[in-house]
Amino acid sequence: MPGLLVTIPLTVISFSFAMIIAILTAMVQVANVPVLRKLARFYIWVIRGTPLLVQLYVVFFGLPSVGIRVDAFPAAVIVFSINEGAYCAETMRAAIESVPAGQMEAGYCVGMNYVQIMTRIVLPQAFRTAFPPLFNSLIGMVKDTSLAANITVAEMFFAAQRIAGRTYQFMTLYLELAFIYLMFSTVLTRVQAWGEKRLNSYGGNKI
Amino acid sequence: MAMLEVHDLYKRFEQTEVLKGVSLSVDKGDVVAVLGPSGGGKTTLLRCINFLEKADSGTLVFDGVTHDLSSITRAEIASIRLRTGFVFQNYNLFRNKTALQNVTEGLIIARKMEKKEAEARGMRLLEKVGMADRASHYPSQLSGGQQQRVAIARALSADPQIIYFDEPTSALDPELIGEVLSVMRSLAEEGMTMIVVTHEMEFAKNVSSRSIFMENGVIVEEGDSASFFSNPKYDRTREFLQMEENRTGI
Ligand SMILES: Nc1ncnc2c1ncn2[C@@H]1O[C@H](COP(=O)(O)OP(=O)(O)OP(=O)(O)O)[C@@H](O)[C@H]1O
Ligand SMILES: [Mg+2]
Repeated sequence: MPGLLVTIPLTVISFSFAMIIAILTAMVQVANVPVLRKLARFYIWVIRGTPLLVQLYVVFFGLPSVGIRVDAFPAAVIVFSINEGAYCAETMRAAIESVPAGQMEAGYCVGMNYVQIMTRIVLPQAFRTAFPPLFNSLIGMVKDTSLAANITVAEMFFAAQRIAGRTYQFMTLYLELAFIYLMFSTVLTRVQAWGEKRLNSYGGNKI
Repeated sequence: MAMLEVHDLYKRFEQTEVLKGVSLSVDKGDVVAVLGPSGGGKTTLLRCINFLEKADSGTLVFDGVTHDLSSITRAEIASIRLRTGFVFQNYNLFRNKTALQNVTEGLIIARKMEKKEAEARGMRLLEKVGMADRASHYPSQLSGGQQQRVAIARALSADPQIIYFDEPTSALDPELIGEVLSVMRSLAEEGMTMIVVTHEMEFAKNVSSRSIFMENGVIVEEGDSASFFSNPKYDRTREFLQMEENRTGI
């Protein structure tokens, strides 16, 4: 299936950017950075409040009318990164806030500064808490990438539609496509289970 | 010369005035027990002098240098914190670090000590609190008493001039209190300067050199522990000590 070679990079690249956006967006809120905090809330409000498909159309079909032309694949990467970033930001923020304030205070008391405590104590614990929901988002995103077919990105769904259009074997093709997505999710679920086990190396689930 | 002085410390949380002009002075080698009923401001006092809480006003003289608590700079705070240790009621060990890493983290990260050197020092401190055999355990794998002993080792790691203890045994099961108190007692014997908020009357009476009774945001009475316990000046102190005695059934 040729679309695989698009779906995989689209997912991997977009999710990586999404994670960076998520951490930054969560951090400015947790650290209470004056203007950026408001900006972060606004970003999350807009992105979570509008359909992904509409966001794809705005970037791919809308932007050219104001003179900004983006190719289909980069347009999809931009939209998926920004969209997923908003959801993951909320996951990260909740996870960071779930780390007790005492961890931060203990860090201060041994002479560490905010950034040192964040990176070495708080974020590692937050990642552990955020890991399952983030994986959930990732699995969701694999399937959402099929929406990119709407803006002519030749990922799996797009490829399947094409072939179906030629061969009229709708049932077989779409079932086959569904199966491939299922395999994807299955592999990711396995990776998640493996990852959770590794993260449990802090001596049990009691955290 | 006093190693630590606090003058006219005021702190309020919204409506409630929690500290109403607290002053105290601690000499090198003093073990000061802070006693008093719940809500009297003992924790807030310790938190203010280690800057976990921002005081509204007051001065702190630490190691000969005077600081205005309401306008103290980040750099001053950092420099004082490098010379103090803090032991929390609920331990607050770093949950993603082993016992040894809890002790070495501040040394390596804040003090830029060589990892090897920090680990050697960390092991010595864990030995001192009787936790060397649990060096690679995570906090979740330790009992409360063991966690608190690691926390004491962590507070000692910086070779502090003073250690603040906020009810270090209050969260512990009764059978685990003794092991923590005995570590604190040996620190006192070595001449470590400490301020200990506690409900352990035996500890206050027998180990601390001075005792303070605090209520409603003010220090009601203070004195050397011997006379504080045998002959308190104020009725209120007497009442409190009587009540504590009845509570612990001595
Ligand atoms: N962060 C806070 N926000 C609002 N009020 C607070 C805060 N921390 C403490 N207080 C209030 O300040 C008062 C003193 O609290 P503090 O914890 O210092 O008392 P304490 O003497 O340590 O009591 P305990 O023996 O129960 O530990 C209490 O009335 C408490 O409700
Ligand atoms: Mg308290």
